[in-house]
Amino acid sequence: MIRWRAARLVKVRDENPTARTLVFDVPGWPGHLPGQHVDVKLTAEDGYTARRSYSLASPDGVELTVQRVNDGEVSPYLTQHMEPGDELELRGPVGGWFVWRPAVPAPVLLVAGGAGIVPLMAMIRARRAAQVETPFRLVHALRSPEQLYYADELLRPDPAVAVTLAYTRSAPEGHQRSPGRLTADDFSPYVPADCYVCGPTGFVEAAAALLVELGHDPARIKTERFGPSGD
Amino acid sequence: MSADYLDGNALAGPLAEIFTTDVSAAVGRCASCGLTGPVASLRVYGPAPGLVARCPGCNEVMLRLVRSPDAAWLDLCGTACLRIPMESAEGNSP
Repeated sequence: MIRWRAARLVKVRDENPTARTLVFDVPGWPGHLPGQHVDVKLTAEDGYTARRSYSLASPDGVELTVQRVNDGEVSPYLTQHMEPGDELELRGPVGGWFVWRPAVPAPVLLVAGGAGIVPLMAMIRARRAAQVETPFRLVHALRSPEQLYYADELLRPDPAVAVTLAYTRSAPEGHQRSPGRLTADDFSPYVPADCYVCGPTGFVEAAAALLVELGHDPARIKTERFGPSGD
Repeated sequence: MSADYLDGNALAGPLAEIFTTDVSAAVGRCASCGLTGPVASLRVYGPAPGLVARCPGCNEVMLRLVRSPDAAWLDLCGTACLRIPMESAEGNSP
């Protein structure tokens, strides 16, 4: 049986102007697999509660990256008002399907849309920490450079993790790929892989269909969707 | 049908309140069309007044979960069966 645990915010890190990473201290945290998530519960003074699911951003410890949704109930608090020392309730880790296990040697293709990078970043970080040879490839669709999270880690060249940033509306100056939606070219050359696709519902549908068109085995494509708002 | 849905990954927390094993990783068969796939791939609508999970193939309801303060209501009549992965005797999950 899963239970709600008290989580104390210990550190925050701004990822971009509208998203930040929150690092929590959760006594008794049992550990988790990259790709798993937590449910967060906020309780107002009058007893009203709001719950949201957030992916864990790191393979170690409880780190969540939250995108602010302006009319959201939960994300404005998490991204603007919550301060180190403040507490909230969370339960987890949950979700045993959308996970990467470092012992599996098959090549991995990660496909992220916007904030869908979060659970995939936990996989990349776990891959780097595990000292395994598993080939990793990330294709990350994002609207503009300002949307990028984890910039220092994703822009750093790493032979173990091939990163393609696919800007859909505006790209940084000098970027080779012109802005636009994901196409087959973003995924070449084709290598059979365990595929993980995460993003808003519409993005996930389109990206998963594209992967199948390119020849990927539907049974090896795992997807995780969040609502259109993410809050 | 609105495109505004989540997927069965979002059932993991609510179902973990009831079961000791992760049911979102189970493979289920739709009682309506027979499609077999992970619970995590279902289309989930909610959360109020409850979570409704539909088959991605035929859109029929496979699972409904409503939580009241002192009880959970789980309707699985749209699910023909579930294959739930269990830890093997060696202690490794599949």
